[in-house]
Amino acid sequence: MKRQTVVLISAAGLMLVFGLATYLYTSEQADRTEALAAAADSPLERPHSRGRGPADARVVLVEFFDPACETCRAFDPYVKALLAEHRDRVRLVLRYAPFHEGSDTMVKILEAAALQDHFWETLQVMYDTQPQWASHHNPRPERFWEFLPRAGVDVDRIRRDAQAPKFAAIIEQDLLDGRTLGVRKTPQFFVNGKPLLRFGYEQLKSMLDVEVAKQYPQ
Amino acid sequence: MCPRLGSRRVLDPRGVGVVSPRMAEAKNLSDPDWAILFVCWLLASAATLGSLFFSEVMELPPCSLCWIQRVFMFPLTIILLVGLFPFDPRVVRYALPLAAIGGAFALYHLLLQAGLVPESAAPCRQGVPCTEAHIQIFGFVSIPMLSLLVFASVTGLLSLLKRRQLQ
Repeated sequence: MKRQTVVLISAAGLMLVFGLATYLYTSEQADRTEALAAAADSPLERPHSRGRGPADARVVLVEFFDPACETCRAFDPYVKALLAEHRDRVRLVLRYAPFHEGSDTMVKILEAAALQDHFWETLQVMYDTQPQWASHHNPRPERFWEFLPRAGVDVDRIRRDAQAPKFAAIIEQDLLDGRTLGVRKTPQFFVNGKPLLRFGYEQLKSMLDVEVAKQYPQ
Repeated sequence: MCPRLGSRRVLDPRGVGVVSPRMAEAKNLSDPDWAILFVCWLLASAATLGSLFFSEVMELPPCSLCWIQRVFMFPLTIILLVGLFPFDPRVVRYALPLAAIGGAFALYHLLLQAGLVPESAAPCRQGVPCTEAHIQIFGFVSIPMLSLLVFASVTGLLSLLKRRQLQ
């Protein structure tokens, strides 16, 4: 055998092993989260979890997000469009994954705003003003208080309410569930318990479309 | 030292004159020196792919010491491959320092994880802690252990090759 052949075969063998291991690992992970989602005490959704969409929707889209995450911000309009497209059939569940420094404060503000029934408005303002308070070179989460009045909330009440220990417990639980489900980046999506393996808008859309078609046969 | 390294190869009439290219090829494959270098390349490539599997597939974030070891491991795959075609034993001069220094970092990392080096001496207290053991294959094999194993083997094999070339 020629030297070139030996090296080429070895390289091909290494790549084959790598590809096979990748396939086995990802499919095993997907099976694992699906089994977790099917369990009675599912880490995908908790009683405290915020959501939107009909309670009886047969398709549940779970998003682990961080208010300071740029990609979450960029994905937000797409998620809204997908929900609008599958109105009455898809329910969105938001889970917190505050990986950025200071993001836990943002989550507490969101939860405090929810007490005033302004969760979604506040989240919208957070995303809109994100470049101002979550710049990567100079993150200044405290600046968000300047923008908070735009959400139409009682800011002083939020300052008081945000200290509640139950919000810290919610963050703790969401972080724990995220670890259980292998969430290491945001946003991470799960469609009826199946993780979105290849990240991207098209991939999310097709995964959701397939699941809706499966759950609501024509 | 340098002119002597590889002088055997220079004198070797590869494909020149009496030895036909075909014959030279057949001889080359059984050349233990080439085989040593090939094994080194294989080890480094497997280690590189393994480390990429940990970070890209399993999404384990590499700590700073892991990054330093990667800096020494990844180029080995390229340098050694270049040294294989055409066979150039002088590649040892360039590859050996990488393997040896990488091995030193792997040893340090291993001692750090074993608690034999105080953690206060760790260069990475922020971000991903180097002392956290992500993987325990068969219950005791950790990532820095695999790293050290490969670096040490490559260092040993390259030293052997160097010695054979000097003879």
